[in-house]
Amino acid sequence: MSIATTQPVLPPTARSSRKRRARLSYLLLHVVMILLGITFLVPLAWVASTSLKLPGQVFVTPIEWIPAAPQWSNYQEVFGRLPFHLFIRNSFYVSFLGTLGSVLSSITVAFGLSRIRWPGRDLVFTVLLTTMMLPGVVTMIPVFIMFKNIGWIGTFYPLWVPAWFGFAFYIFLMRQYMLTLPLELDEAAKIDGASNFRILWQVIAPLCGPAIATVTIFSFLQHYNAFMEPLIYISDNEMFTLPLGLLWFQGRFGNFWHLVMAASMITIIPVIVLFFVAQRYFVQGAQFAGLTGR
Amino acid sequence: MATITTSPPLLAKTAKRPFLSAAARRDLRDGLLFTSPFILGVLLLWVGPMLYSLYLVAHDWNMITPPEFVGMKNFTRVLADPLVRKSLVNTAYYTFGGVPLQLLVAFGLAVMLNQNVRGLGIYRTVYYLPSITPAVAFAVVWIQILNPEFGVLNNVLSWVGLGPINWLFNPAWSKPAFILMSLWLTGFQMIIFLAGLQGVPKELQEAAEIDGANVWRRFLSVTIPIISPIIFFNLIIGIIGSFQVFTSAFIMTKGGPQDSTLFMVLYIYRNAFELFKMGYAAALAWILFIIIMFFTAIQFFFANRWVYYEGKR
Repeated sequence: MSIATTQPVLPPTARSSRKRRARLSYLLLHVVMILLGITFLVPLAWVASTSLKLPGQVFVTPIEWIPAAPQWSNYQEVFGRLPFHLFIRNSFYVSFLGTLGSVLSSITVAFGLSRIRWPGRDLVFTVLLTTMMLPGVVTMIPVFIMFKNIGWIGTFYPLWVPAWFGFAFYIFLMRQYMLTLPLELDEAAKIDGASNFRILWQVIAPLCGPAIATVTIFSFLQHYNAFMEPLIYISDNEMFTLPLGLLWFQGRFGNFWHLVMAASMITIIPVIVLFFVAQRYFVQGAQFAGLTGR
Repeated sequence: MATITTSPPLLAKTAKRPFLSAAARRDLRDGLLFTSPFILGVLLLWVGPMLYSLYLVAHDWNMITPPEFVGMKNFTRVLADPLVRKSLVNTAYYTFGGVPLQLLVAFGLAVMLNQNVRGLGIYRTVYYLPSITPAVAFAVVWIQILNPEFGVLNNVLSWVGLGPINWLFNPAWSKPAFILMSLWLTGFQMIIFLAGLQGVPKELQEAAEIDGANVWRRFLSVTIPIISPIIFFNLIIGIIGSFQVFTSAFIMTKGGPQDSTLFMVLYIYRNAFELFKMGYAAALAWILFIIIMFFTAIQFFFANRWVYYEGKR
């Protein structure tokens, strides 16, 4: 590219016209990608912009994308109308415990599936792959009744305890990562007399940083974004997580678009912050997911 | 008789050489121990509930009075319930209309990102970002975007002289609206495709180029077969997920207008948690479960016709 631009203009040979065509298509590609990018961002831009408007500005056309006088007080008003500080606390509480469980259980189970050889291991792994593909809808009702029978309705337990048994996808992801670590690590530790337990926590787990980060992020998102479970299990308003709180807000103040959008922003912002802080692991997680197909 | 005479030597033989050495026995114990959370989870959260659900299916139960045995009655009710047919049709429409489009968009984006463009990171971020927004926030926002009078979408359509469309208030447009919405959530699949595309060996592409294959030919004969397992994966996961669509319909339309967005899981939810017909809801869940498993099995059955697994040939 740089050579072509510094050289004097050549007679229009086949080669240079081909180059020009390549550059044109490269430009065209960018135009298409930018247009698509705008399309993908419009909803988010619209939430952000509406959340900062006065009620009267919301329905003005053409849309004023950057409000002249941003109304930050809309956010204050949302907190004043419903206890969003409680929803935030509840969401983080459940997400934290669920994520902790997901990480610990996936490390432990993945170790048993990747670094210890034992009869029955392949069977457990097959079951794991199967549960990844089973539609959860079939267990929704019986699991609800089960939790009701042990008195867990109206508590946070149903929202985070299942994570401690390990979700198939996270275990799979962790196992794939552990398989890339050399087996000599375990053997050296074994010669020194270390038990499997010590090998896991002192040798293998410290090397699984990227996989742990990926599981952490996906599990956090899963618990933070969860809707069906809180909907079924939580009825006390003060125990609402953010999704339930937002739905409640939409139900009561749905006509105040600017406030509903501010409430939506409150729900979305933590996810966006997390995304920008740890984008690498978001991408990595999706890439690992693709490996399932191999 | 014969078994009795032959069994003692067999026993003696196994006694002489233990089934497993001490180290192997320790590994078996540890293997079971380390995987026990998952094994326990499968028993408590899958196997147990599924068996219990089979019991539920044969009973009428409102969770207040004791369950009453009704045999196969819940299934005969399903056949007589017009809303079941309706919700199955809606769900199939959403799945078979939506998943191919979602895959096409995700794949198209991935192919563009794979062209060695400058600013790849920025584009990738932009396309991925919508897919991580909480489903409830996404739905709440889209209620307003799809508003016929003031929504952004009709606003944009009016620039090119289209609309206004009564998206969520018109039974003919409500499902297309949901499918359209779902296209904003394809970022995850896009990344999976992109990873696959980046894994296509350069040598294969070059070899094909030397053989005189043009861009299209290389794409169809080299790229597609190599990433076919990933297309397959996205297809399977996409169909399983779409069949269980719930949140957006629950929040945005409550199944309306005229039950045009009454999807199967929404109908199951209603029967279980609004009408408290636990047995009937469990029966519906089983039907959906079997349908999903059926389509998954079909895909696996046809997979070896078009999915190429390296080293398995």
